[in-house]
Amino acid sequence: MLDKNILLVIAMAPLAAAVVAGLFGRKIGRTGAHLVTIAAVALSFVLSARILWAFVQGQAEPFNENLYTWMVAGDLRMHVGFLVDSLTAVMMAVVTFVSLMVHVYTIGYMHDDPGYQRFFSYISLFTFAMLMLVMSNNFLQLFFGWEAVGLVSYLLIGFWFKKESAIFANLKAFLVNRVGDFGFLLGIAAIVMAFGTLDYVEVFQHAESVVGKTISIFPGTQWQLITFICIALFIGAMGKSAQAPLHVWLPDSMEGPTPISALIHAATMVTAGIFMVARMSPLFELSEAALSFVMLTGAFTAFFMGLVGLVQNDIKRVIAYSTLSQLGYMTVALGVSAYNAAIFHLMTHAFFKALLFLGAGSVIIALHHKQDMKAMGGLRKYMPVTFLTMWIGTLALVGFPGFSGFFSKDIIIEATHESHRFGAGLAYAATLLGVLITALYSFRLMYLVFYGPERMDAHARAHVKESPWVVTLPLIMLAIPSVVIGWLAIEPMLFGDFFKGVIVVRPEHDVVAEIGEYQFHSPAQFVLHGFTGWPFWLMLLGLALTSYIYLRRPQVTERLKKTFAPLYRLLRNKYYFDEFYQKVFVRGAVRLGETLWQWLDQKLIDGVLVNGTARLVGRFSAAIRGWQTGYLYHYALTMVLAVVVLVAFYIF
Amino acid sequence: MSLSHYLIVAGVLFVIGLAGLFANRRNILIMLMSIELMLLAVNTNFVAFSSYLNDISGQVFVFFILTVAAAEAAIGLAILVVLFRNRRSLDVEQLDTLKG
Amino acid sequence: MFGWSDLVTALPEIIVLSMACLVLLVGLVLKPEKDGLLVSLTMLTLVFAALVTLRDHLGAEAFVAREAFNGAFVRDTFGDVLKLFMYMVMAAVVVFAKQYLRNRSLFKGEYFSLALFALVGMMVMVSGNNLVTLYLGLELLALSSYALVAFDRNHLKATEAAVKYFVLGALASGMLLYGLSMVYGAAGSLQLQNIAQAAATQPDARLLILGLVFVLVGVAFKLGAAPFHMWVPDVYTGAPTATTALIASAPKLAAFGLAVRLLGEGLGPLQIHWQSMVAILAVLSIVIGNLFAIQQTNIKRLFAYSTISHIGFMLLGFVGGADGFAAAMFYIITYALMAAGGFGLLIVLSGKGVEVENIEDLKGLNQRNGWLAFLMLLIIASMAGFPPLVGFVSKLWVLKAALDAGYLGLTIIAVIFAVIGAFYYLRVIKVMYFDDAQTDEAIVASVDARFFLNVLAIAQLALVLLTPMLLDVCSSAIAAL
Repeated sequence: MLDKNILLVIAMAPLAAAVVAGLFGRKIGRTGAHLVTIAAVALSFVLSARILWAFVQGQAEPFNENLYTWMVAGDLRMHVGFLVDSLTAVMMAVVTFVSLMVHVYTIGYMHDDPGYQRFFSYISLFTFAMLMLVMSNNFLQLFFGWEAVGLVSYLLIGFWFKKESAIFANLKAFLVNRVGDFGFLLGIAAIVMAFGTLDYVEVFQHAESVVGKTISIFPGTQWQLITFICIALFIGAMGKSAQAPLHVWLPDSMEGPTPISALIHAATMVTAGIFMVARMSPLFELSEAALSFVMLTGAFTAFFMGLVGLVQNDIKRVIAYSTLSQLGYMTVALGVSAYNAAIFHLMTHAFFKALLFLGAGSVIIALHHKQDMKAMGGLRKYMPVTFLTMWIGTLALVGFPGFSGFFSKDIIIEATHESHRFGAGLAYAATLLGVLITALYSFRLMYLVFYGPERMDAHARAHVKESPWVVTLPLIMLAIPSVVIGWLAIEPMLFGDFFKGVIVVRPEHDVVAEIGEYQFHSPAQFVLHGFTGWPFWLMLLGLALTSYIYLRRPQVTERLKKTFAPLYRLLRNKYYFDEFYQKVFVRGAVRLGETLWQWLDQKLIDGVLVNGTARLVGRFSAAIRGWQTGYLYHYALTMVLAVVVLVAFYIF
Repeated sequence: MSLSHYLIVAGVLFVIGLAGLFANRRNILIMLMSIELMLLAVNTNFVAFSSYLNDISGQVFVFFILTVAAAEAAIGLAILVVLFRNRRSLDVEQLDTLKG
Repeated sequence: MFGWSDLVTALPEIIVLSMACLVLLVGLVLKPEKDGLLVSLTMLTLVFAALVTLRDHLGAEAFVAREAFNGAFVRDTFGDVLKLFMYMVMAAVVVFAKQYLRNRSLFKGEYFSLALFALVGMMVMVSGNNLVTLYLGLELLALSSYALVAFDRNHLKATEAAVKYFVLGALASGMLLYGLSMVYGAAGSLQLQNIAQAAATQPDARLLILGLVFVLVGVAFKLGAAPFHMWVPDVYTGAPTATTALIASAPKLAAFGLAVRLLGEGLGPLQIHWQSMVAILAVLSIVIGNLFAIQQTNIKRLFAYSTISHIGFMLLGFVGGADGFAAAMFYIITYALMAAGGFGLLIVLSGKGVEVENIEDLKGLNQRNGWLAFLMLLIIASMAGFPPLVGFVSKLWVLKAALDAGYLGLTIIAVIFAVIGAFYYLRVIKVMYFDDAQTDEAIVASVDARFFLNVLAIAQLALVLLTPMLLDVCSSAIAAL
């Protein structure tokens, strides 16, 4: 049995530290601020890790208790409470670990920033909010956590509030998330209407009872109630987890400081939507239609957002688009009922993506906060630690067999292949081709940044050096799980009893179990099997193409010839195919990406849907302003006409 | 004469008062008169009902309305005086600086 | 006839009324350098009235509602709760107004006296038990407000606002009275209870329904609900900010009280008839308030349109029975606190020779005074309904009431426009936090003004925790009607 007080300490320690650093920041100074917040988050991490270990050992029972009753309205009870089971334990450990790394890293990254204490206060506050979100045992607290992480995220995107683009990004994030929250609230309202309770466990117990019920949103239309609930909740997840078409805020959010991009916009907050859907698996399992919707949305995001990543030159934006694409993979996994695979990918992704972001941040520090990859190159000899850890992150991201990302991504692709859900074929194609895209943009990034000629200006070159230990230590610490976590976790999380009773999958949907039965025997065997699968070859293809294009310069080619000699020769000998690949795949893909980015992203979604709506409302508002003429007799006339209408309505 | 006759007269008076408020585009004083007309219509209504119901309270209400109407007229005229001092006109059409 | 017990029942009103007269007299004879006494007297009145109002509720035996003056006046929990919040809001406004009036040489006894007269009017509005009493309360408030709007006699816009307010207000009272006369004719009595009885026995009488429509119009005007809202922006903008703060806060509580007395108590049996009308007014108010607010550059005007949309939300509660009334009461109380805080900040920022009128005037508030900016942030975020502030909770409850009553479409429209509405509030926050200040003039605020600002802003957070308590109070007040 878990101790309530320990759980409280886990959640409250970061809050207390945030308050101290926020209110007394000036008194305790810079060192005081980072010491107190790091100590608090470290404490949370240690305790969370112990809880996770207890679940891994099978010694812990799920904890579900209400701690404080906020309000009772009729039959509806509103509590603050914790539900801690294996799913929560995984999330807690991931959140606190990444948060701890980011805290340490921030010491180096924000070193010269005047808002140092405020920044530490915000990220600690964020950790608290995120913990409250994952530890909640009811929808109300979930919603409050949801809003709170959003709020801190806006604060942090706009942290450099003197930057015009940061403010714009901030507003955009806010507005887009409103749309998601609207759906989320609607979903919660529907749950209250259908079940009369906000408590997870009670809702799940009665989940079956709403099957077959319908709801009439607009006169004349009938929706399956359960489908309505699930899709409304998922719209909330789309906003927070940046699924197309609500993804537009995430790339722009890169205007915030890099530690934030790593913590909030890659590892934790954006995965809240994934976590929420996994948590709601007993509901989603009841609606094929909603799951299909989830899967197709994810597939679309995974493929098309990856393409867009190909044409970006800002180092953080490339990683941001890659995050979108990887979130798409997780969403696909949810959509094919492979919730555990989604959580597994969420975990591995949290490590390697945080690593990539922090690595990018390390590069950015070295170049004095320049982010354009066109002005980088050849950094590998100046920054060996960053270089090596970035390679580990990249290999994990592209799914090189043996690295953590391989396990999780391969399972998702396999699960999609096995699924018979409506649209699964399309999703399979998208996830498979997505591997190629991932490889293209990932290796491109590595080559542009670390290889090739040094394109930075003389001043910057003179000052390039490896970052201090507070920056490199988190990189190393994140690189370790990026390699090993897949080996350790795949068996218990996917094929064992770890999530038994927490994630509910109907037997006829359980694609992961099918894989386990026929294809999975041990991690090592799985890795070997991975070398023969399509994803591996697509990844290699991507590597080959990028290598060819970005390393054509003599000095780099020489080196690459030795490193990838067989492959390089193969490509050279089949020159015609090279041209073909370059034209059709790479150039074609680049052009497609560019077009998509311009048309789909900028014109259609940004221009029409987001800005267009705002402009439309604004124009409409400007037009109707004329109604308030200022003339007294018009006002009187309006009132009299309104009375006439009301009287006519009621008397006749 | 039945109750409805009185009510119709009152109704007509009330509508004339209303019409005076929005049809008049010249002088604000006329608006004050229209308001007075509306209150008179209301008073007629109350008195008619009071007599029809044999209930005195309606007529008491009329006294209160008359008193309030006097106070209202006083304040209204005071505001008009201030307005006239400020802009030397009581033209309704010029009162349009606040809008939108 | 009436006796001693009648006077005791109406003691709070009598105190405020006598003090209003006293303040008027004192203002006439007082030497200018001692005029601080006027504020002290006004504050004293409010505190004393509050104590007297509270006294009956704190005794050993449970409070029982009692009537006075042959049933023309009633003292019940509903009225007393609203009155207590009125005192508080009025006290804040008076404190804010002090410096503002001094800076513009408007500091006269009349302001405080008129404020107290207006307060008596409001108190009578929430305690009236028959049509005459309610009407007199309404007019006392209205007449005082007209005078307060025109208080700055040499200011052209203030005068224009006063004329508009006066003419439209008189038109609305005329309609209300016309409706009352028909209700009287149909029910044969001016007592609310008798009207309710008559309405219950003949719910479809045409005369009664016609009367109801006109009554509703009068109430809607006082609340500032669309399409009877057009006075609101012009009056809020034109009036001196000290007056705007006054008419934007406490009178909303009074208008709510009037609405509950007339629609809930007197014409309650006709709920099926007025429910849909109120729903229409609510939607129109939310839509119009939010749409018009978007293009505003004047912050007082922006707040005016935001008021209209808030009134719309409050009216949503009216469609939902007793729970709905309680939710609406909670909404209007929290809104009155927000409005007082919001306008209070504008007053405090309008120093000597500086008039904070446009959103641009708030530029860089964060640089000039971080704490005040934070307080403003709390209030504006609460107005916008962002969690975890009380503005969010209060919206939640009225929406729930509307949902429970089966108004799903209405709820969805309300939520959509609340989202749109968030945008213009956000613009204000953006200007405060992200734009550079155009002046580095220090902001002067007296200690007492700071105190009330802090209380009103922090209440936006604290009330979330106290929600159960306040909601309980509202529910029992409504249940005891």
